[in-house]
Amino acid sequence: MPLLPLNEAIATHVNDGDSVALEGFTHLIPFAAGHEIIRLKRRNLHLIRMTPDLIYDQLIGMGCAARLTFSWGGNPGVGSLHRLRDAVERQWPQPLALSEFSHAELALAYQAGASGMSCGLMPHHADTDLARVPGAALRTVRCPFTERLLTAVPAINPDVTILHAQQIDAEGNVLIRGIVGAAREAALAARRVLVTVEEQVERLRADMNAVVLPSWLISAASIVPGGAYPSYAQGYYARDNRFYLAWDEIARDRRAFTAWMERHVLGVPDHAAQLRALGVAA
Amino acid sequence: MSARAYTPDEIMTVTAARQLRDGAVCFVGIGLPSAACNLARMTHAPRLVLIYESGTVGVKPRVLPLSIGDGELAETATSIVPLPEIFAHYLQRGRVDVGFLGAAQIDAFGNLNSTVIGDYAHPKVRLPGAGGAPEIATYAREVLVIMKQTPRSFVPRLDFLTSAGYLTGSGARAASGSPGAGPRAVITDFGVLRPHPETQELELAALYPGISVDAARAATGWPLTVPGHIETLPAPEPADLAVLRDLEARTRAAHARPVRINLRN
Repeated sequence: MPLLPLNEAIATHVNDGDSVALEGFTHLIPFAAGHEIIRLKRRNLHLIRMTPDLIYDQLIGMGCAARLTFSWGGNPGVGSLHRLRDAVERQWPQPLALSEFSHAELALAYQAGASGMSCGLMPHHADTDLARVPGAALRTVRCPFTERLLTAVPAINPDVTILHAQQIDAEGNVLIRGIVGAAREAALAARRVLVTVEEQVERLRADMNAVVLPSWLISAASIVPGGAYPSYAQGYYARDNRFYLAWDEIARDRRAFTAWMERHVLGVPDHAAQLRALGVAA
Repeated sequence: MSARAYTPDEIMTVTAARQLRDGAVCFVGIGLPSAACNLARMTHAPRLVLIYESGTVGVKPRVLPLSIGDGELAETATSIVPLPEIFAHYLQRGRVDVGFLGAAQIDAFGNLNSTVIGDYAHPKVRLPGAGGAPEIATYAREVLVIMKQTPRSFVPRLDFLTSAGYLTGSGARAASGSPGAGPRAVITDFGVLRPHPETQELELAALYPGISVDAARAATGWPLTVPGHIETLPAPEPADLAVLRDLEARTRAAHARPVRINLRN
């Protein structure tokens, strides 16, 4: 597991046209890695994430994405993701194909992918329109034991899963603490796994049942303090709810969005410089 | 309503909180549901078990989270489980008593749309989407819906069925095999709607003080059935309002706190 500068890790492991899952449910969202993808101008990505959040709003608005697989596409507690809406409603800056699920289905799809299954199964009840949209991926099958109807959700195996985590130890093992979302499943489902971490420590002081990704599962890691900002890293810094509220106004207008991205992402060399420019870090 | 000592959001939140019995296991959404559940926990239902879809079980937040996964939830949880588990082991397995949902549109049978306004492929408004709602609507033993009542949101026909209520009514939901009973009450800024015991069509059941039946009818996009007896709900108790306003003030202060990151490495 090589420790690489973030731009080198992304340049090596994220290619145009890849399916890419930046996971982390509200917590530990790998913003720094997403911004590096934008700086490297990757195109035609198939973005996968349960909650696209601001980072996918940014990737979509900057023209990196051709397809989005997701289960809830809003700004949590605030409202719309305006760039996602603009892409779906008005094809700006380019059309965006959608593969849409519920949270339970998408979590199951990662778990199936992580288990080497072609699909995951859940009980089938009332059909919702999600099962009826053009290209819907859900199918019903019959349980061979009980004859009950089951819903089959196709497995998801991203080309690359990118996570942010708290710590990496001297051997390259990675610890995630707090809300873990489907991070573990998304990583185990992927062909390649990139990790950014808050810090390197000699030894992880993890509880016995903690979520630790062993070094040999990880393709490359980068040390990026603040790498989840404006989401958060439990034990390091809080979610910047003020930024999430402010993003509503920034992203509502194409020009304001583009100007913000040019100044704070394209116009800075790395995440540390961005955090300093935003006044979040000294 | 201007002369009243409370806002529409406040009476909705207090009314919704009163629907929750102590000790119930409640799957909570962000916004008014989260405010109502925590108000209940801080007043009459101290043993209410709150689960948020971020995998946080038994949370006791001191301030309301802005997102479904704020650190406040993790820090005050009994346990934090991965997402496949919160949906499979808790919700799907039937361990949730009450699911609390909002939506952009609701129809007369309590079916919900949180996906699109207009056609799916060419939407007029792309809404955030399903999240946990379809499975909450299916598996929670009962569902409470909280949303503002307008002809645009209380519609004769949904643009998209995201989460099932009573489907076409008269037992259609039970016939589909859904384990949960469906929406028990819809709490609005006018009062409360409940399903008819047989047809399962939502009917006006209660109004807030000073709200007329005609006003509630005018705010509904389908011909709202009004039974002979309509309960008048009490105004919020000053003590409940004090707890709610205190919680919201603490929340505003917490969300305004600047974040500082140490780049020591």
